[in-house]
Amino acid sequence: MITLNHYLFVSGALFSLGLAGVVIRRNILVLYMCLEMMLSAANLALVAFSRFHLVDGLPDYTAQALVFFTITVAAAEVAVGLAIIVAVYRAKNSIDVESVTKMHG
Amino acid sequence: MNSITPASIVLLLPLFSAFTILLLHRQLKGAAALISIGSSAICAILSMIMLGAKDTPIGEPQHILSFIHISDSLSFDINALIDGQSRGMLFIVTFIGFLVHLYSYGYMKDDEARPRYFGSLSMFMFSMTGIVLADNLVMMFIFWELVGLSSYLLIGHWFQKPSACEAAKKAFLTNRIGDFGFMIGILLLFGLNHGNVEFADLADSFKTGPLHDLKESHSWVITAAALCIFMGAVGKSAQVPLHVWLPDAMEGPTPVSALIHAATMVAAGVYMLVRVSFLIGASEMAGQVIAGIGGLTAIFAALMAVQQNDIKRILAYSTLSQLGYMVMAVGLGAGEAGMFHLYTHAFFKALLFLGSGAVIYACHHEQDIWKMGGLSKQTPATYLTFAIGTAALIGVPFVTSGFWSKEAILGAAYEHCKILFAVGAFTAFLTAFYMTRLFIVAFLGKPRTDSASHASDPPLVMIAPLLVLSIMSLISAIPFVRGRLQAMVPHEHHSDAHWLIVGISITALVAGVALAFKLYKGKDKDPLNIPLFANKFYIDEIYAVIIKYAQDRLAWIVTGLERVFVDGLVARLPAAIACRIGSAARSLQSGHMQGYTFLLGAGIVLAIYVAVFVLPRIGG
Repeated sequence: MITLNHYLFVSGALFSLGLAGVVIRRNILVLYMCLEMMLSAANLALVAFSRFHLVDGLPDYTAQALVFFTITVAAAEVAVGLAIIVAVYRAKNSIDVESVTKMHG
Repeated sequence: MNSITPASIVLLLPLFSAFTILLLHRQLKGAAALISIGSSAICAILSMIMLGAKDTPIGEPQHILSFIHISDSLSFDINALIDGQSRGMLFIVTFIGFLVHLYSYGYMKDDEARPRYFGSLSMFMFSMTGIVLADNLVMMFIFWELVGLSSYLLIGHWFQKPSACEAAKKAFLTNRIGDFGFMIGILLLFGLNHGNVEFADLADSFKTGPLHDLKESHSWVITAAALCIFMGAVGKSAQVPLHVWLPDAMEGPTPVSALIHAATMVAAGVYMLVRVSFLIGASEMAGQVIAGIGGLTAIFAALMAVQQNDIKRILAYSTLSQLGYMVMAVGLGAGEAGMFHLYTHAFFKALLFLGSGAVIYACHHEQDIWKMGGLSKQTPATYLTFAIGTAALIGVPFVTSGFWSKEAILGAAYEHCKILFAVGAFTAFLTAFYMTRLFIVAFLGKPRTDSASHASDPPLVMIAPLLVLSIMSLISAIPFVRGRLQAMVPHEHHSDAHWLIVGISITALVAGVALAFKLYKGKDKDPLNIPLFANKFYIDEIYAVIIKYAQDRLAWIVTGLERVFVDGLVARLPAAIACRIGSAARSLQSGHMQGYTFLLGAGIVLAIYVAVFVLPRIGG
């Protein structure tokens, strides 16, 4: 039997992997994919909550509607993010995250 | 609303004149002098009318305006206290002030800054009137400072001359020392008498009040207050050891020397001491110190005068010496004798200064008496009036006013302290000696320079004040005039000692005059040469050394302290702390995106940890 905890465990693992990737990896593209993975982790958690929170014998669809919004926003974000990455590559001729350190104090 | 009284007009008219002139002097030009002279003439007439008026009931001064009003029990007003003392003094100030204004019209004819001169003169008249009318110590202190300012402005009138600038600065700074003591004295009395510094109230308090109780239990406090107040007089009336500014103040225009540095302002110290005579009377020691300082000043200044060659400086030292007499009288508890001498001295010393001004004017700004000579023929009117002034100063018996007032002081000294009497008598001898010396060298004999041989009497506008003053010098001691001038007539000494005192003072006079004639008759050079006296006992030099070694050392130490405490602890240390915190915070801002992300993640974990494990446990 797969319970809510199983789902949440997978979601947490995905999130942690994503965060670790964002922190450790140098390639901005990989970093970006890790970021998307963190978003997916959140979506998974929302869907799991929706499925296990029964309202009148049916799953709570409000959370699933929220997930659709998140996916849409993530798609838009990907468009902007990739454009920024292209711009960074053009400016620095590199997609290493270490090349973007202009904001140091 | 305040009613307009003669007193308030006498006080405020010169202020109005001063402001008009100082604000509009470009537009007014020549009219400035006329405004100033006009205002002083009106004041002189009003105060002459007031001489005949009745006393204000004691303790009810005329209210002019509220100055500081904090609460009903704590307020300082500008009032006019009209009694015998202030009416007499007011007359002296405004009358001599008017004559000096008139004289200045001639003396300052060619001066380019004449409007400024007359504006400052009006300013002085306002301030001096304020001192005279003051009914409390705070008002007196305010005007006390104002006369100091006007004196500074007028000494430095010819500010193009470095010596005049220096003299003005010296006068101001020396007075500050005295004024500081005066202020402390006022604050002491203010505290001891529960915030009331009106003269009438203070006097009452000494009879049956907090000050009376204090006198019984802690008399030294009263002595301290009296001596602090006296310090103000030491500065303003140029007593030893703060006398150094007065001779230098002679750098100012001569009419100013006559009005401010001979007749009125320097006498303000004596006037103030008489006003607070109840305070001096309450402390025997303070009285002794005051009398001692007065006697010391009298004899020191007279010794210094013996060897001066500048006509104005001789008169300045003579003023010091006479002020010493007055202060001595006040210290001996004979304030009325001091005031009497103040009045007569005001007339004849103003006369002498204006006369010396006429001589200087006639000799084309020559002040060295050894470059004059034979002026008796060239300038007969000046000669005559100067002779009367000299006679009054040295106290020619019975006909001059100076004789009677000096007599009163010597009488008081004889009664209270024989040593001071001897000092006074010796000073009288010296006075006769140096004034005769001045007179012989400048007026008799043959002219020594061209400027002296071509000298002639100044115009009528300058001679007229001389004539009026010489009449006053003769008659101001006869009972009619004397009675008008002052409420307090010194009680006559008809004892055996009286004739002894008269005899001694006449002997001193004759000896002084005879010695001067013997030494100086027909001489072209000073036969005496006493460097100690000529160099004023090296007091200026001693002060310079003290300043060099004591004050500069002190300044050095204070600078060191300032570097450590103000610079270091107050300014540099907080700056360094802020700087360190800033650079520490700055190192967090590395610019590494992943660093920020890590911190973000760590922060979230921390927040969750706190929310889940810590807060429930502490019951948040």
